[in-house]
Amino acid sequence: MSTCSVSKGCFVFKPSPKKRRVSQKTAVCFGEREDDSEDANLRFVTCQSLWNEIKSATEQIQEDLNQQFFDNLVSFLRRSHSEFQEKTTEWTCQMKSREIPTAALVLGVNVTDHDLTFRSLSEVLQNTITPYIALLEAKDCPGIKNLMQKLMGQLMNCYVDVDSLEDEDCVQVSQNRIRCSMSSLINWYNSVTKKTDSETPRKKRTSSSRHWQSPPVVVVFKDMESFSTEVLQDFIVISSQHIHELPLILIFGIATSPMIIHSSLPHSVSSLLCIELFQSLSSKEHLSTIIDKLLLTAQFPFKLGEKVLQVLINIFLYHDFSVQNFIKGFQLSVVEHFYTQPLSILCCQLVDAKNRVNSLSHNQCENIRRLPSFRRYVESQASEKQIALLTTDSYLKEIIQKLLEDLHVYHENYVSVLRCLHVFTSSLPKYPLGKQIRELHCACLENQVWETEEYESSLQLARMLNKSDLVTMLQQCVEIFVSSSGKEFDKTVEKLKEFLTQFQKLEEGEAFQEQDVSVSSQKELQKKTDLYHLQKTLLELKESRRSKKLTKFEMLRFEVVDYIDSLVRPQDSARDSVFQHSQRSPGAPQRCPEDCASYGFK
Amino acid sequence: MSRPEGEGGGLRVKFVPDEEVLKHIADDPGIKVRKDKTQLTLSVKTFVKKLEDISDDEAQEVLEEKKYVAALGIGTQDSMQNGSSVSGGEVYSFQTPKRASKMAELASELAQTPGQSVAPEHAECPEKTAKTPQSSKHSSSNKVQQKNEKKEFVSTTPYRLRKRLAEEEEDAEDQKEVSTVLSGRKTPAKTKAASTPPPRNTLAKKIKENKMSNLVEEYFEAHSSSKVLTSDRTLQKLRKRKLDQQTLHDLLKKAPLAYAAEIKELNEQHESLFSKWMLQLHLGFNIVLYGLGSKRNLLEKFRTSVLQDSVHLVVNGYFPSITVRSILSSITEEVLDHIGTFRSPLDQLEFIIKRFKEDSSLELYVLIHNLDSQMLRGERSQQILAQLSSLPSIYLIASIDHINAPLMWDQAKLSLYNWLWYETTTFSPYVEETSYENSLLVQQSGSLALSSITHVLRSLTLNARGIFRLLAQYQLENKDNPSYPGLSFQDFYQQCREAFLVNSDLTLRAQLTEFRDHKLIRTKRGADGVEYLLIPVDDSTLTDFLEKEDEDV
Repeated sequence: MSTCSVSKGCFVFKPSPKKRRVSQKTAVCFGEREDDSEDANLRFVTCQSLWNEIKSATEQIQEDLNQQFFDNLVSFLRRSHSEFQEKTTEWTCQMKSREIPTAALVLGVNVTDHDLTFRSLSEVLQNTITPYIALLEAKDCPGIKNLMQKLMGQLMNCYVDVDSLEDEDCVQVSQNRIRCSMSSLINWYNSVTKKTDSETPRKKRTSSSRHWQSPPVVVVFKDMESFSTEVLQDFIVISSQHIHELPLILIFGIATSPMIIHSSLPHSVSSLLCIELFQSLSSKEHLSTIIDKLLLTAQFPFKLGEKVLQVLINIFLYHDFSVQNFIKGFQLSVVEHFYTQPLSILCCQLVDAKNRVNSLSHNQCENIRRLPSFRRYVESQASEKQIALLTTDSYLKEIIQKLLEDLHVYHENYVSVLRCLHVFTSSLPKYPLGKQIRELHCACLENQVWETEEYESSLQLARMLNKSDLVTMLQQCVEIFVSSSGKEFDKTVEKLKEFLTQFQKLEEGEAFQEQDVSVSSQKELQKKTDLYHLQKTLLELKESRRSKKLTKFEMLRFEVVDYIDSLVRPQDSARDSVFQHSQRSPGAPQRCPEDCASYGFK
Repeated sequence: MSRPEGEGGGLRVKFVPDEEVLKHIADDPGIKVRKDKTQLTLSVKTFVKKLEDISDDEAQEVLEEKKYVAALGIGTQDSMQNGSSVSGGEVYSFQTPKRASKMAELASELAQTPGQSVAPEHAECPEKTAKTPQSSKHSSSNKVQQKNEKKEFVSTTPYRLRKRLAEEEEDAEDQKEVSTVLSGRKTPAKTKAASTPPPRNTLAKKIKENKMSNLVEEYFEAHSSSKVLTSDRTLQKLRKRKLDQQTLHDLLKKAPLAYAAEIKELNEQHESLFSKWMLQLHLGFNIVLYGLGSKRNLLEKFRTSVLQDSVHLVVNGYFPSITVRSILSSITEEVLDHIGTFRSPLDQLEFIIKRFKEDSSLELYVLIHNLDSQMLRGERSQQILAQLSSLPSIYLIASIDHINAPLMWDQAKLSLYNWLWYETTTFSPYVEETSYENSLLVQQSGSLALSSITHVLRSLTLNARGIFRLLAQYQLENKDNPSYPGLSFQDFYQQCREAFLVNSDLTLRAQLTEFRDHKLIRTKRGADGVEYLLIPVDDSTLTDFLEKEDEDV
């Protein structure tokens, strides 16, 4: 069983089949930890379920984001397809046009994400437009011959897939590797469409209307830039000759800019294409949505710590713009957290967590006591309480349950207040607290945000906002609080609404008041004729106007800002007492910067 | 410079330094033209008499000029000669320098012995000259006056400068710079009073430059003379220069391992990660190990401790003839028990992917030592391996050693590989990995060559052996000559004839063919077309061989 040899470089080891069965069960688990092997299982299950939840959520988000994009594309395909349908009847106009309908998808530089997009795209197309889809990659198609081979292989295979295995001849065809030419492709297409035509009522399973009579053949070039131009040119020229017989539609995946089509293809070739441009959502927006839906929500008990989040965001921004990689990094930190933290069993929904607290073993209780945040909490308590906390497991569990609840509430409130704060800070000049909500989030995670200079300056700036901005912001805040799931916001909403009405009143009163003031001052001016006095009064007037006239609005504005400030502070000072436990409890910020860094190493 | 008359008056006096003039001859025709003009105007000047005086000296001056040009080493001599033979503009252009320099001479003369006519004029309108801007030189007297002034200052400084330059014999670059500086200075100098000659500045600059260049030279001198810092303890200086493989191996084995305890601890730390790796492999990540030291033992330990009960494939990337195809083949043939061949690795890969997707119970751990090895680092191989590793039921754990190994992977491959990076520095020697390489410490193929020589020769005739001996002896005699080309065929033939070894050069050639076939000799053609014969074996082996031969005989 040695792996050293002078004649061989590969060694295969096969255990006896009996052993193999055993291994598979133990393999997937959190190693053998000495103290809490039972919890390890539980932790693994929790981890898996949590991750699956997150994963499905991200997929959902992705789908939603791509929805619009795909809809546009599908409608385009339908349109070009319908043209073809009409043309089949009008032979004359067929002779004229040789243009191949082409969709250029500008997908951005995050090449790694494209695969997923294309996969879902082909799924969508398969469901709506046509069963005949071929996905081509540049690395498989160094020459036109390989391209045709690949194309035909995929088309015929997909045909087999779609229409069960009855069509023996078709399988044979693909296996015999007939000459790969356009004419054979057309023959195949004709035979296929005819067959489906004749057998439409039976064969077109659930929806005969789903696919048209002669569905188009969609060829997707996943990475258009890396295809050699000769191959592309040849393919386009050849297929444009046969466009009447074969309803072909091309889809180009473009990472850089749509100009690439024109710069890489000569005019004679690009004029054969009827290009329509589709812009996918930028990956930055995608990431913002992901962060918004995954991290800034109370739905998932797992929260990323500041440093990890920063690392992941940096990898994204400065490295690859790949949302997939971000999610993978997120997955890694989830796994790492559950693997290393024995107390991570509490990282689940509140109800479960409470139950689990009750059934904590003594060892786990000791683990809790060892947590620095918990120690801080203990130190802040009265002495007899301290003793109870440190000695009695049951009392500890009771307290922990309460604290967990607090923490849960805190997280709920945190998100709302964070959004609210973001509304205020995101429109300030120079963005002292960042433009994006993720920056604000990072700042909040890093330390007590209200102690930072940036917060101070942003409050200062907020005190200088004009009224219309302020009012719209307040309205936004009201919306946020109303829609948020957190309790205890009724009062806040009330207060904010009160502010709003005050502003409104101010608006009404202002015009009237201003007039009043000016009239009275006019009168005063008329009284005095002395130059010196006049100057003096003018100055006074100016002074008073500056201080007096604005006061009402200004006072209100100060009040609002202070209120927002107070909203942030207690919220976070609540966290002050709760955050202590966050290390051990659901929201435990996951700290594994090294791993993430090394993950992003290349 | 665009105002011909105004400038002309000034310029003609200004361009005194020979270097400058030379430069203009050499590369600036535009200024040449201007010079011609100056010459023309010169004839109408009040100083005609003086000029005539000078014209006497002209012939001599030309000679001097020539000498100077020659001394400067700029290839203008030819053009000078041409100038004498050809008339027209060219003549002018070659004479101007003389004129200009003449003016300088004149100016210096004037400066040294102030003439009667000049002095009063100077006294008449000193203010005017001080005030007049360059453009307002209309009156001839003014012009003259200015000329005088210029002459004064020019005659003092640039003359000195010229001398100085001639003395210093600076490199052409420096001179050019100075002259450009001078020409830049021209305009302000024109109106300025002669009290503080502006070229002082340039002189200062010049000195500074000198200093600079000196500094630079000093720097390089200082650094070139410093001792060589690289170690001269080369392998050549070892007492025991070359060893054979076995002794080297034994010696290395005996050498104590430094920091053994620490390294062991380090390895234990790495080993504690095994269960984590398994978990992460199962979660869809692949693992790559990097860091100094051989990671082979670590991976072996991982294999023996964790993977014993599962199907796994070990790939020695460092194996010199490993290919992706062989990796794929061992999967298809041994893991999937497939009999049959594939047309290309891509087909093979497709087959594997299909099989693994069909049968979800199939699992395969792939361990690759040195994923970045010479044979596997190619783009296509990496692509195939990446695609292989992206299968959910194939778990890849690999090690890389090259510092730039991550450059093998672009974004697409990285996302396929889905690596997790673990830094596993082991500090252990790359024994197994380098076993296919040649060591500098090992005597290269010495014993092998010797045995092969004796073996071949033993099967040959006595005469043939004698021929080889002759060649060997000759080569050993010349072993101290580093440029020894070999023994020429003719000489060799002569020697062989004298020793009664061959009777014609055809027989010798036949014998030599025999040697050549066994790679015992090498022939190469010299520059003169003569064939030289050489034994491509190092001297010590050859000596050993001759000693052995002597013993046998």
